[in-house]
Amino acid sequence: MSWFRKLIPSRIQTNGTSRRSVPEGVWTKCVKCNAVLYRAELERNLEVCPKCNHHMRISARNRLEQFLDEEPLVEIGTDIRPVDRLRFRDSKKYKDRLAQAQKKTGEADALVVFMGQLKGIPLVACAFEFDFMGGSMGSVVGEKFAKAVDTAVQYNVSLVSFSASGGARMQEALMSLMQMAKTSAALGILARNKLPYISVMTDPTMGGVSASLATLGDINIAEPGALIGFAGPRVIEQTVRETLPAGFQRSEFLLEHGNIDMIVDRRELRDRIAGLLAKLIHHQAT
Amino acid sequence: MTEAKDANMNFLDFEQPIAELDAKIQELRYVGNDKEININDEITRLQKRSNELITSIYSSLSAWQISQVSRHPARPYTLDYIQFLFTDFDELHGDRNFSDDHAIVSGIAYFDNQPVAVIGHQKGRDTKERIFRNYGMPRPEGYRKALRIMKLAEKFNLPLFTFIDTPGAYPGIGAEERGQNEAISRNLMAMSELGVPIISTIIGEGGSGGALAIGVSDTLLMLQYSTYSVISPEGCASILWKSADKAADAAEAMGITAQRLYDLGLVDAIVDEPLGGAHRDYEEAATLLKQALQTELEKLQAKDSLELVSDRQYKIRNFGFFDT
Repeated sequence: MSWFRKLIPSRIQTNGTSRRSVPEGVWTKCVKCNAVLYRAELERNLEVCPKCNHHMRISARNRLEQFLDEEPLVEIGTDIRPVDRLRFRDSKKYKDRLAQAQKKTGEADALVVFMGQLKGIPLVACAFEFDFMGGSMGSVVGEKFAKAVDTAVQYNVSLVSFSASGGARMQEALMSLMQMAKTSAALGILARNKLPYISVMTDPTMGGVSASLATLGDINIAEPGALIGFAGPRVIEQTVRETLPAGFQRSEFLLEHGNIDMIVDRRELRDRIAGLLAKLIHHQAT
Repeated sequence: MTEAKDANMNFLDFEQPIAELDAKIQELRYVGNDKEININDEITRLQKRSNELITSIYSSLSAWQISQVSRHPARPYTLDYIQFLFTDFDELHGDRNFSDDHAIVSGIAYFDNQPVAVIGHQKGRDTKERIFRNYGMPRPEGYRKALRIMKLAEKFNLPLFTFIDTPGAYPGIGAEERGQNEAISRNLMAMSELGVPIISTIIGEGGSGGALAIGVSDTLLMLQYSTYSVISPEGCASILWKSADKAADAAEAMGITAQRLYDLGLVDAIVDEPLGGAHRDYEEAATLLKQALQTELEKLQAKDSLELVSDRQYKIRNFGFFDT
């Protein structure tokens, strides 16, 4: 014990390590600016840091709950569940990875779909669950997305998707690549029905998801500071052996290069998307 | 002797016994020519032995070995096949926006006297050409050039043949800036609703989204020793096994070979290659492929364009394994 510590009365002495940790549940730290934030306030702020505006990753269900009107709400495709057809095994069995992800997230797979309303405009909305194996797209994600499109066509309503994904799911091998074709083909059918599709890319939207459903919006939106691209930054750096430009593959970079229509703060998404859809479907506010 | 040594470089690791035998045959031929001693019988015997060896080695290749054959430096590329499969090929260049991507070749030609459109990845043979072709890795311009040719095919009712042989879409700074992801997704959607027959053939490496971007089709063919996968075995191994050395395990686990994918219902037909792989006989490889393409085109041309597109979309919609 240092001489300094000995001087402090024992009743006000604290253990250095436990002092730095934040009590579970009440306080949390911004991963970007390290500001200590009051959990409840952060939730009210839709998981956007009030100090630095960093948009934290949020669960699919939380995303759709904060985006859609409280009711009516119907979940689509709850019966669709993953299977390990290839009996894929790397350092772990795919079956075990699935079970683990299901336990961790409470979801059957990485996409959640709801039919509901946005400020009274009926629509179908879906969101990727990033905590489910990195939001990777396999057969279930592809099928649920196609179901989302089917539902939108059936009820003649718009579609909004929130992507958060590392790309295709390697454990489903080529079948996951085919989901890129499947989701893109479904969106072709939605387009032929002249129904709007708004794609919101959130952090991160990479690989096969970015090269299919995420970039096919009539309007493509990104949340601030999201990592969006086809190849991962590390792979690019190793290939070109150059330092990547500042802000490379971030939303602001994409806007600058003409790849997206706009960047919208999470707290304004409801208003902005409702406004966009209203124009596209000639909706009269009542 | 230098000749024989160079030839050896065209043999893969697991082909070394064949290489040694072939070197011996070469040597005998050399001696034979030199001293005019009749050793034809011996050569014939060794040739037969060599063929048996090729047959036995190639009858039990692992997924990883097939992956190496699919990337063989002497393997025929798109332009090699075009030469044998089509006549009067007019190459068409450029995406009309940015540049001409040499990793994709495209154009119009005759297939058995019928006008058709052709799109394919193109790799280079020597270092200079490899760089020129960017190792067969397209940038967004390549996919946008391909899209232009697809639309051209539809407008003038030309059946479309695509040939796939790429490690993947190019991971570069400019490629990302110009929307590599959007260039790919746009093609996936366009191909799913194109009003003409599309036959895609994996002739070598089917590398992920960069392959699929010209591979959404009515009929998907794979050459016997080609591969098709969501990520390269090396890439998969370094992510899931944390070591690129486990590429052989990854290749096996992902099931990237024609036979595995055919069994899973992802590929419509497998096209046989000449004994020991397409690189041993380009003409024979092209002849076998041509027969397959003729058969498949005939089937597709029996359908009108509405039926064609609706059947294609039905097929795409049913991709996936899941429980309900």
